[in-house]
Amino acid sequence: MSAASRGTVRVRNGGVVALGALPPLEPDEFRAVCGVALTAGGRLVALPAFALGTDDGRDVFAVIANDDESELTVTRTRLARGAGFDALTPEFPEAQAFERELFEDHGIIPVGHPWLKPLRQAHLKTDAAQHTFFSVDGDGIHEVAVGPVHAGVIEPGHFRFQCAGEDVLHLEIHLGYQHRGAERLLVLGSPARRIAVAESIAGDTAVGHALAYAHVIESLAGVRPPLAAQTIRGLALELERVANHVGDLGALANDVAFLPAAAWFGRLRGEFLNLLMALSGNRYGRGLVVTGGVRFGLPSDMRQAFTAKLAETEADLRATAETLFSSPSVSSRFEQTGVVSDATAEDLGLVGVVARASHVARDARRDHPIGIYRFVHIPLALAETGDVMARAVVRWIEVQRSLTFLREQIAELAEGPLRTPSTAADSFAPDSLAVALIEGWRGEIAHVAATNGSGDLRGYKVVDPSFHNWFGLAMALRDNAISDFPLCNKSFNLSYAGHDL
Amino acid sequence: MLDIAIHLLVLFIYPPLLLGFIAKTKAAVAGRSGPPVLQPYYDLAKLLRKGAVYSRTTTWLFRAGPIASLAAVISAGLLLPLASSTAPLGFAGDVIAFAYVLAVARFFTMAAALDVGSSFEAMGASREATFGALAEPALFVVLAILAVSARSVGFSDIFGAHQFFSWDATYAVFIVSAIALFAVLLAENSRVPVDDPATHLELTMIHEVMVLDHGGVDLAFILYGAAMKLFLFATLLVRLVFPMGGRGLGESLLILLGGTLTVAIAIGVVESVMARFRLVRVPQFLIGAFVLAAVGLAVLFHRGIP
Repeated sequence: MSAASRGTVRVRNGGVVALGALPPLEPDEFRAVCGVALTAGGRLVALPAFALGTDDGRDVFAVIANDDESELTVTRTRLARGAGFDALTPEFPEAQAFERELFEDHGIIPVGHPWLKPLRQAHLKTDAAQHTFFSVDGDGIHEVAVGPVHAGVIEPGHFRFQCAGEDVLHLEIHLGYQHRGAERLLVLGSPARRIAVAESIAGDTAVGHALAYAHVIESLAGVRPPLAAQTIRGLALELERVANHVGDLGALANDVAFLPAAAWFGRLRGEFLNLLMALSGNRYGRGLVVTGGVRFGLPSDMRQAFTAKLAETEADLRATAETLFSSPSVSSRFEQTGVVSDATAEDLGLVGVVARASHVARDARRDHPIGIYRFVHIPLALAETGDVMARAVVRWIEVQRSLTFLREQIAELAEGPLRTPSTAADSFAPDSLAVALIEGWRGEIAHVAATNGSGDLRGYKVVDPSFHNWFGLAMALRDNAISDFPLCNKSFNLSYAGHDL
Repeated sequence: MLDIAIHLLVLFIYPPLLLGFIAKTKAAVAGRSGPPVLQPYYDLAKLLRKGAVYSRTTTWLFRAGPIASLAAVISAGLLLPLASSTAPLGFAGDVIAFAYVLAVARFFTMAAALDVGSSFEAMGASREATFGALAEPALFVVLAILAVSARSVGFSDIFGAHQFFSWDATYAVFIVSAIALFAVLLAENSRVPVDDPATHLELTMIHEVMVLDHGGVDLAFILYGAAMKLFLFATLLVRLVFPMGGRGLGESLLILLGGTLTVAIAIGVVESVMARFRLVRVPQFLIGAFVLAAVGLAVLFHRGIP
């Protein structure tokens, strides 16, 4: 932790910022400091506003990741409702959703933001938030509205396509139907319930969000979970990744009506969920992570069974992946569909599988290692073409690397306590801000929490990878056929709940 | 009389079984047990007992669509000889009537889809019109090969006395036209690789999206009509590669039922081993079928008509 320049503090992932060492900057200065950090290769991770003081003002923090240096730059300003600063978005499009969120949730005005479209709460219809959809006029232009109620059993979201015949000119994605107030619940709800809320932020990323939550809380409480627990956490996170990636590969096959791979991947996904079940008692890994450690370990008699099951399943996976990737009819659908250029991915600040498929090398496990990843490195999976094929290939490579990780870690599992005494995580450092980044299966999960002068949790911000990536999907659809939308959508497989919180 | 009774029995009772076999084949390849082969019958029975909900934006056209379509498909079924060499309805030119009566069925399905006023259904109708127009030439060239070789545009002449069983260049023409006809069959019956009958994704559908707003008895009519249409195309294919002229009724019936089941299994295998085409590639597929059949026709003219 060092004060590199005035008004900023640099921390490692999982670190704590003493707010006394981070005085609020003037809004102009804050904007300038953010601009410098983002220009110098930084990446906006979170832009939370917390009510830490006694008045109605908001402490706005910018958390900017310097991936090359494995450090996070944190800066701070203080703004009243209705006040503002020059928007970052015109210069750094990756800030667009963050600034819309500031406006929507706190009435802070990013001056010069091109479109303060409501992010989650369009239904509130405040004057400023009145929303009209973007529209295109002309001969043969037609509009297709899909959702929020869909034909499949999926989450609600509204998609508005402007089409010329079968070609999509523009896609506007309209979310917010899943807004449950998760961040408020994390601050105001009972401390015992908090981790269950974190696990429910995105149901398919229960382990990822629980881990991010646990790291933030442990940092604030000054608790360090034992090594054995770190390993079990890594195992659960990678099992979650493999299960979801395998499920996604099956869903991609299903969307192009390639039945054998769809059916087999679907079955194999179940095998990994069953392993998570054996480890934690829940197919999605709920209840495994607790602040200060994990509830369950992997006794030596179970390790044998795990290793055997992994080997058996891996052989089936390889055969199925071979079938999928060697089928010309599948390649014909996957290739050059829904291309996101590396420049677009950089501009929009995309994360996770989607970014890596567009050759943007970012992976929190490598760039900002925390927990077990400080000791064990999983190589980065990159593809170049940015199309559906690239996103499928990145998933498949990550599956294989996660399986290697699982195999090695299960073989070398350390014995030892699995958690610190459960009361240890009850009192937090006062006037502190903690940040944790976890590379969930979808991408980077960021949790930021802050306490006030008496050590009460006063602010909690969750940034799901979907928050960064939804706009990428809209860009991927430009000049693609509308009939390819479901395939593109599936290749992103973003969370509605994670975005809507 | 027995001919006609058997024709009607087969035409009205048998077709849904093909759908059951396709589903069973797909399940078997994917390693699942799949629904029972009689499931399409259960589905129809269930739908026939249901009521229907009609949107206020629809008119009589929406309700007339399924009935008119089914009626048109039944009419086509009365024109095509199944197990015997004659059909209940037969006249000079019934080959052309057959193709266009099926086009009437398509017209009413599309009209009912447009009547809903939904952008999905209109997109489906637009795709159906495009691909229908592209499938039609291929179908007609295949029918022309049959008509030219029989020197008649009547099904009873075509399927009557002729036996195409010598393995010479002329027979190759029929193999080629059978491949073209199979492509048309896949397109006309909204099967993979042209359409995906199993998908729930309305943006990618062709046929399914046009009938999204139908329910109950209407949907039963549509599904039943679709099964019958599939059966008619399968029959045409079986009779093309496996002529029954001069055979006894029992033997012909066996060939018909066995042959169409084989076609169903072939469809199931195709759906299991390949992905769906990108929508923009479908025209290439259909034009390919047309070219294949046209080459067959040219060879037939060049070699002389047997």
